[in-house]
Amino acid sequence: MSKLSGKVRIDGSSSLFPVVEVAAEDFQTATRKGVDVPIAHAGTGGGFKRFLRDEIDICNASRPISEAERKGCQEAGLDFIELPVCFDALTIAVHPGSKLDSITVEQLKTIWSPDSQGKVLKWSDVDPSWPETPLRLFGAGADSGTFDYFTEAVVGKARSSRTDYTGSEDDNALVQGIKGDPGALGYIPFAYYIENTTAVKALAVDWEKDEEGPVRPSLETVVAAKYNPLSRPLFIYVNKKSAERPEVRAFVEFLLINAPRLVVEVKYMPLPSTAYQMALQRFRDQKSGSAFQGKPEVGVKIEDILAREPQ
Amino acid sequence: MASIPELIVRLKRQDRWFAVLGLACTLVGLVTLLILLAGLIRDGHHRLFDPAFYASFPSARAARAGILSPLVGSILLAFVTILLAVPLGVAAGVYLEEYAPRNIWTTLIEINIANLAGVPSIIFGLLALGALIYGLHLDRSLLVGGITLALLILPIVIVTTREALRAIPQGIREAAYALGATKWQVVRHHLIPYSLGGIATGTIIAMSRALGESAPLMTIGALTFITFLPPPPIRSQPPFVNFQWLNSEFTAMPIQMFNWISRPQAEFSALAATAGVVLILMTLSLNAVAIILRYRLRKRIKW
Repeated sequence: MSKLSGKVRIDGSSSLFPVVEVAAEDFQTATRKGVDVPIAHAGTGGGFKRFLRDEIDICNASRPISEAERKGCQEAGLDFIELPVCFDALTIAVHPGSKLDSITVEQLKTIWSPDSQGKVLKWSDVDPSWPETPLRLFGAGADSGTFDYFTEAVVGKARSSRTDYTGSEDDNALVQGIKGDPGALGYIPFAYYIENTTAVKALAVDWEKDEEGPVRPSLETVVAAKYNPLSRPLFIYVNKKSAERPEVRAFVEFLLINAPRLVVEVKYMPLPSTAYQMALQRFRDQKSGSAFQGKPEVGVKIEDILAREPQ
Repeated sequence: MASIPELIVRLKRQDRWFAVLGLACTLVGLVTLLILLAGLIRDGHHRLFDPAFYASFPSARAARAGILSPLVGSILLAFVTILLAVPLGVAAGVYLEEYAPRNIWTTLIEINIANLAGVPSIIFGLLALGALIYGLHLDRSLLVGGITLALLILPIVIVTTREALRAIPQGIREAAYALGATKWQVVRHHLIPYSLGGIATGTIIAMSRALGESAPLMTIGALTFITFLPPPPIRSQPPFVNFQWLNSEFTAMPIQMFNWISRPQAEFSALAATAGVVLILMTLSLNAVAIILRYRLRKRIKW
């Protein structure tokens, strides 16, 4: 690998940034600095915009490629290879003093659906047995893939959410907000919860569509595919033409092979090892296309997604 | 009606009140800066004196991360910005102040420049993205970053130049014309040298504000993780200079800080604070240069 040279250009989701960054760093060491891997984080949407303009080799994405973006790829004559890299789990966080321990997805839907705007304002509006205190909401800003995924998983329709909540792209700000408000409830990426376990409390999530009962977010529950529907895969999209360049191929393979170790190091959750094998195989076979119909899917095992023939 | 001594006492009291009020107002700015600086130093002092922090590239491991590429990026960016903004701004300022006739067009231009100074910085980023990157197909490079920041500070340079020219007594111009000097000779031999101090001060203060800008640079797609430096501008072989670095990708201090502060781990927030101290020190030293320049240039002027 030490003979490689050139550049692998990357942009996209800021959720996936730490994982790709640590991989790039180790890859550069492994190639003795022969290959430069500059990374930006313009967000999933911003990354795909540059991907369509053929400015980057790899786009980091916290959601599957959308229908419009796929059409853009076709028009630009671009083929892409879709590869899952790790899981992220959205954590339902409340104030540490809260007596609540778990919440159902149905209750979350009651809280977050657009119809609740201006109506569900107290905890007791969700469940009469809950206290009659104000409910204050914190969540992702509308530009993030996190927002797309949460709304799809909880409300049932991507980007459909009430808007009278404190929204921010800065997850640290959300943590601070939840920490400072006894009536707070919000959703944050797992990495921000695990660094702030004393500042906020994570609720177990009970999904009526599976038999697991309330499940707390953790490395074990996510990897075992039990923390549903709020765990989501994060992807890289590799430009198929770029993948013919040896430095790009070497980087992607390095990322997939070393992912289990690197992902844990930056506090994200690795895929099951068979999933990495399947992803690597897909990349080596240069199978282009997406296994999704242009929107996130909820509660599907990653192996099942990888087993589909990408379109 | 109050007696004269009473009036004097009352007016003196008002005088003292205003002095106290003025001092308080002055302290607001100073104390804010001190609190900011103290907070940043408290959070970020661990790595402040660690040479490795300045010699290492950013890293996913907080303990190994440094600010080499953003530091070099910011310095080069400032260099390109000044190189572009000063000649343009000074020429425009001199033209408007000394040459341009007073009519509706120059008034329009003047109003425009004043408005331009108040346009939010991200708009300049959008302009650069649309015109330079999408329009002219330039790379997202140091050159484009420099042009963006130069456009951002251009109105300030023009306004400062005009202010500095206006401060030169009219008699100087008249004396030179009386000796038969042309307009250009007056500008070159008298007006520019005399106003240099004022121009330098204004430009450097504008520059130090531009150093802290992240929004326009994010818009044109400055990178975050970058572990290489632009090719050096000076080479050992002829022709000794090399302009490839202008086309290089870059990152800058405020962008790196933004990335670090949005990470979940507290160690990265500490790094952001350290980088913040470095950025403030860069700005303060730029301002110090401005003060020294002004002092030395003023000393040379004898009228």
